[in-house]
Amino acid sequence: MSYVAIADRDHEQEHHDPQTFITKYIWSQDHKVIAVQYGLTAIFVGLIALGLSAMMRLQLGFPDEFTFINPENYYQFITMHGMIMVIYLLTALFLGGFGNYLIPLMVGSRDMVFPYLNMLSYWVYLLSVIILVVSFFVPGGSTGAGWTLYPPQAIMAGTPGVDLGIILMLVSLAVFIVAFTMGGLNYITTVLQARCKGMTLMRMPLSVWGIFTATVLGLLAFPALLVSAIMMLLDKTLMTSFFMPAISSMGTDPGYTGGSPILFQHLFWFFGHPEVYIVALPAFGIVSDLLSTHARKNIFGYRMMVWAIIAIGGLSFVVWAHHMYVSGMNPYFGFFFATTTLIIAVPTAIKVYNWVLTLWEGNIHLRVPMLFAIGFIFTFIHGGLTGLFLGNVTIDLPLSDTYFVVAHFHMVMGVSPILVVFGAIYHWWPKITGKMYNETLGKWHFWMTFLGTYAIYLPMHYLGFAGVPRRYFAMGNTEFLPESAQDLNAAITISALFVACTQILFFANMIWSLWKGPKSDPNPWDATTLEWQTPDHPPKHGNWGHELPVVHRWAYDYSVPGHEEDFIPQNVSADDAPAGREHGGEHAIVATKEHK
Amino acid sequence: MSEAVLEHGAKTPGREALVEDWSRDKQVFGVPWGKAMMWIFLLSDTFIFSCFLVGYMMVRISTTDPWPNPSEVFALDAFGVPVPLLLIAIMTFILITSSGTMALAVNMGYRKDRKKTFWLMVATAVLGASFVGMQAFEWTKLISEGVRPWGNPFGAAQFGSSFFMITGFHGMHVTAGVIYLLVVAFRVKNGFYERRGGNYEIVEIAGLYWHFVDLVWVFIFAFFYLW
Repeated sequence: MSYVAIADRDHEQEHHDPQTFITKYIWSQDHKVIAVQYGLTAIFVGLIALGLSAMMRLQLGFPDEFTFINPENYYQFITMHGMIMVIYLLTALFLGGFGNYLIPLMVGSRDMVFPYLNMLSYWVYLLSVIILVVSFFVPGGSTGAGWTLYPPQAIMAGTPGVDLGIILMLVSLAVFIVAFTMGGLNYITTVLQARCKGMTLMRMPLSVWGIFTATVLGLLAFPALLVSAIMMLLDKTLMTSFFMPAISSMGTDPGYTGGSPILFQHLFWFFGHPEVYIVALPAFGIVSDLLSTHARKNIFGYRMMVWAIIAIGGLSFVVWAHHMYVSGMNPYFGFFFATTTLIIAVPTAIKVYNWVLTLWEGNIHLRVPMLFAIGFIFTFIHGGLTGLFLGNVTIDLPLSDTYFVVAHFHMVMGVSPILVVFGAIYHWWPKITGKMYNETLGKWHFWMTFLGTYAIYLPMHYLGFAGVPRRYFAMGNTEFLPESAQDLNAAITISALFVACTQILFFANMIWSLWKGPKSDPNPWDATTLEWQTPDHPPKHGNWGHELPVVHRWAYDYSVPGHEEDFIPQNVSADDAPAGREHGGEHAIVATKEHK
Repeated sequence: MSEAVLEHGAKTPGREALVEDWSRDKQVFGVPWGKAMMWIFLLSDTFIFSCFLVGYMMVRISTTDPWPNPSEVFALDAFGVPVPLLLIAIMTFILITSSGTMALAVNMGYRKDRKKTFWLMVATAVLGASFVGMQAFEWTKLISEGVRPWGNPFGAAQFGSSFFMITGFHGMHVTAGVIYLLVVAFRVKNGFYERRGGNYEIVEIAGLYWHFVDLVWVFIFAFFYLW
């Protein structure tokens, strides 16, 4: 069967135009509606996680003041906060939310290739969230094993939520993975197989590249989590001994024999490290587009940016044991994994340089999305540099399980992606809703959040150097810790509560915008990418009206000399505008001629 | 091959041709969406089974109790003589045969011979179902001999745990495949695809899944029964 025959078939999917409210907004197969459903659900659980972190900070900042937080609750808060933030908020929001919304619009497709599967993906995700939330209310409460769920302690007496909590947690993870797989297959197939005419891979916006690569990582990494969840479920319910060694539990023998707890750590981190990049790569991609659009300049080194995303994705599968330097594994492993970890800094640094060079001599508009994008560069460099420290075995050993680690990963995969989430919401809000938000309120939101997070996480590095261990309910009278550590903790708590409260500005802004906000221009940022060129604003079901767009250039023709406007959309042909600064590449030029 | 490449005349050999094929517009692979998605799914599923097998190998190494001898545990009495791996050999033979009938079904599908496609797919499903049936027999036999997920009389407890988990997970794949094949087979028969433009790629897509399940079995067979 020839390629042409398939390509000319246009679109294989059937279009069911939604009729009723229910098919339009509830059981919808439209990728845009599914994206909003994913987004709202993820933000809802994210708010739960925010609340949990506030409780933790209250305890840490003012120990013994809040009697309703006991040690068991504290561990449950820590566990659920981490799990929700990493998986149910960030993974779901970037891939299920932004992936769903942006991929079809940015590559010029009418929808995802399998809309029904896509709808199913959301509902299964919602099921996993419901199971997760239910686990708060079962006898014994949710699990308090820490988000890494390390055995043996995760399923042994003494850990909070050891009865039903851990079971529901593992089931919820397994269900989430099923949901993610259904969505992920859609995203990948759509990017690979359903682009519009002229949209070669090397003309795709970097947002799509980031989301696409992250989805590939997810489909290859989540299996390890699924398998470890199944094995731990069996260890818990059927008394198998995959992860459980012969062990004594409170003076009795629970009956386990000969399992390997380290096996769990390997499986978990084979998932867990790519997971960092599942969250980071979409952020990388989106931030590249925000910077380029609001600096009115093409992204610096587009090809290099694409290859850096792919290289980071590939390398992320061979660095997992840098989370396990203190696990007692063979020291030679540490040597190997430290080397690969430091190598991954090379493509990452390329990306950072290119972001900065994109800003160089750009016509920078400090609008709200741009502020968040530049804020991301700061927090990401910061968190990335501490990553270099922790990647070295000799430096990691003393810093492991201290607040330095907490500061590092919150900076690099907490604050940084969340700044991008905010930037992206502000950037695409006019497209999603057709309304504008209040710019001043948005700027206040940015500055308070950005400075506030620094006030939270910068001092944590010092706490870590001082030796404050992470995950402790209270420090007690630990002699090597200076008393000022507690003052710092109190200050951090106040900043954390402040940042949590400032998020009200964001929600108020968005609600105001929906209710009373002015109508937005179809392309308020003068952006080049396809989602701003839709015939309807906001785009309707099917996205493109009668005819699919045809792409003639890359996504970054900003400030092209000889053109009166400072941007040329991707679907403007070379007849109507200068050829632009496309990155070269013979096939791309040939493709342009061919589509004239 | 893309038109862009054709404009140059002959296809450029080597790496550049690969790059051009991959970076052309619309689609990377000259295959239907469903088939592309199935391939990607199978890649992901490969990682699931790999993790299961690696986990099994690691607990087999880490456990301190001796591992049961598979030749004895999986032996079956034939005419009063214990024959090692007899049942597994038959099961493997049946599953490989079903891959053959599946391949024929795909061929007949592309020839639009609906009747033969239907019967070959049903034959594949029947072979698959008999594989699951024999697996149920094997499980029953082992359970009656005292093998449990948490322990067994022959040696390391992890033997039973890994055995039930991995063959169970594979058996679920086969069962799902049998249902999938039957659904497609009956749709082929009642003209469902005829009404949708007479496109029988779905038979090949179902076939991909089926061959994958067979291939996984070969690895389980090698690592579990022969090691």
